[in-house]
Amino acid sequence: MSIQQIDSSSVPYQILDPEGNLVGEMPNLSAEQMLSLYRFMHLGRIFSNKIVALQRQGRATTFGSLVGQEATAVGLAAPLQPQDWLSTSYREIASLFVKGVPVPTVAYSFRGYTSPNWPTETHCLPIQIVIGTQMLHAVGLAMAAKIAGDPVVSVGVCGDGATSEGDFNEALNFAGVFQAPVVLVVQNNGWAISVPRHRQSSAQTLASRGIGFGVPSELVDGNDILAVYDVMQKAVERARAGQGPTLVETLTYRIGAHTTADDPTRYRDQLEVEAWQAKDPITRFQKFLIGRDLLTQDRAEQTVDELEEEVNEAVMLAEAMPPMAPDSFFDYTMANLPHRLEEQRADLLRYIDHG
Amino acid sequence: MQMTMIEALNSALALELERDKRVVLLGQDIGANGGVFRVTEHLQSKFGEDRVFDTPLSESAIIGSSVGMAVYGLRPVAEIQFAGFLFACMNQLASQAARIRFRSAGAYTCPLVVRSPYGGGVRTPELHSDSLEGVFLQIPGLKVVIPSNPYDAKGLLASAIADPDPVLFLENIKLYRSFRQETPEEHYAIPLGKAKTVQEGNDVSIYAYGAMVNVALEAAKLAQQEMGINIEIIDLRTIWPLDEEAIIHSVEKTGRAIVVHESPRAGGVGAEITAIINDHCLYSLLKPVGRVTGYDTPYPVPGLEDYYLPTPVKVLTALKQVMEP
Repeated sequence: MSIQQIDSSSVPYQILDPEGNLVGEMPNLSAEQMLSLYRFMHLGRIFSNKIVALQRQGRATTFGSLVGQEATAVGLAAPLQPQDWLSTSYREIASLFVKGVPVPTVAYSFRGYTSPNWPTETHCLPIQIVIGTQMLHAVGLAMAAKIAGDPVVSVGVCGDGATSEGDFNEALNFAGVFQAPVVLVVQNNGWAISVPRHRQSSAQTLASRGIGFGVPSELVDGNDILAVYDVMQKAVERARAGQGPTLVETLTYRIGAHTTADDPTRYRDQLEVEAWQAKDPITRFQKFLIGRDLLTQDRAEQTVDELEEEVNEAVMLAEAMPPMAPDSFFDYTMANLPHRLEEQRADLLRYIDHG
Repeated sequence: MQMTMIEALNSALALELERDKRVVLLGQDIGANGGVFRVTEHLQSKFGEDRVFDTPLSESAIIGSSVGMAVYGLRPVAEIQFAGFLFACMNQLASQAARIRFRSAGAYTCPLVVRSPYGGGVRTPELHSDSLEGVFLQIPGLKVVIPSNPYDAKGLLASAIADPDPVLFLENIKLYRSFRQETPEEHYAIPLGKAKTVQEGNDVSIYAYGAMVNVALEAAKLAQQEMGINIEIIDLRTIWPLDEEAIIHSVEKTGRAIVVHESPRAGGVGAEITAIINDHCLYSLLKPVGRVTGYDTPYPVPGLEDYYLPTPVKVLTALKQVMEP
């Protein structure tokens, strides 16, 4: 029934077990920081569910749910400093929130527009759709930081399917050869649309890919926020200290469909989904926080209510933002528009004015 | 100073490395070896391994990491050893480098130059002679530059490196060492997007670039001798975006036009120039636009390549056709 994401002999790094019990060494996090992680995990889930609901109503474009992967998305971004770069695929929206990209900015993009004011100070590249290519951008950003002598780290994130792409392997190789200050993260969520993890590679773990490239690797329970944070924090600071790149594989699960255009009942067993729902990352962390008296059930519910309100407001703001100008796609093709494109723009504007 | 195109390009790179600390060079065999054609000779020893460095043998990673470096604020100049290998990094070039500005609504830019040798007539193995510029007419956001002589090569490369957007800079292999030309040792820039009138004439306009400019010049000499006609030759220099004004201006004067390029005919630069003339000055034309190009086949093996390439005699034949009453 259950798809094996790894060989049973490989033990992923864990700090919290699925029941929220402490089974490892606590990372250096204050109560306030832990509650912030908890909040961002909920924010990611609530936002994701909201966009899926809007898509069903025809108010949002195609969207890939991140439900089930909140610990990885939040944990990989939380150790980053403002000057550090993040280069992601489309399933790490919560990572962008942690890094400071405003929720309305992201919501606006799922109306089918590009935000005119992408917050460059967050050092997040806009989400990238072609599988695996962003890993090379992360490596290039890190190579540039090293050449410039800046104490800057970059993080690239992809899924398990991307590890079959040439660019993923070329990125690992460049990271190793140039000892780039980069952390390459594979969110292994078990599925690349309908193709299971074992169809991507016969390697026991995807983390083991690092060995062949001379890049140290970590295998971590991707539904354990503390474990993801801890591994990422150490990898990021190792990179910053000039000790080179790390590959991190986080074991998690895509609870939802690949995107709103996908129907997973065609290819996977619901029992498998239920087995992973029992390892839910938010529930796990919540149990831990309540057990440590850092959170109460009431406060947890209140947090969800507050965040739902925040997401609703963000969506309202995004929906109140003016649509992009119809001819604005000409603006961003190149810095100086050639005469030919100006003519084409004028053609479009005449069509809009007069049909 | 008299320079070959290799020396002119080397001089441009050295000056840009000196002028702008953000400029870095990367590629295969560009360091100690100085590039397989020696365009980057001595640059690593002069500017250090942080600024001029060899990469593993992976075209996609050369461009993909350059995209990251360009976004960060460097000015990478990447070498792809032969233009035929651009196919191996097409994804990073077309779907990434050319779209960074667009994807981020101008928040991020990708000031990247990709240099690559191209072109036939030098008896190379497969995919070392191909002219791929036509492919790149369909990649919005990417400029394509092809110089025809050492002086232009140096000035155009300086502009390409200063450009805020990605530029594909294609260098004709046959022109690398075929002649020397007086070229200033100091920095100068030739603007992108501007064609040059190489020779003025009133009877036919020939549009060419790269190695085909000299083919056009030879054909024009033959036409002058045999037919007593005067050919105007326009060196396009920038293939995308094309200098429409120069194209239109010349054919309005001559009424006859021929396009010459090495790359295949279908959907190529010649097709686009014909369409530009159609759109803007069809009634200036006395005859349909002629095209002397590579054929719509793969670039042939060395033993047959001379049949494939445009020659002065092929161009002369086309000139006779457009001059028919």
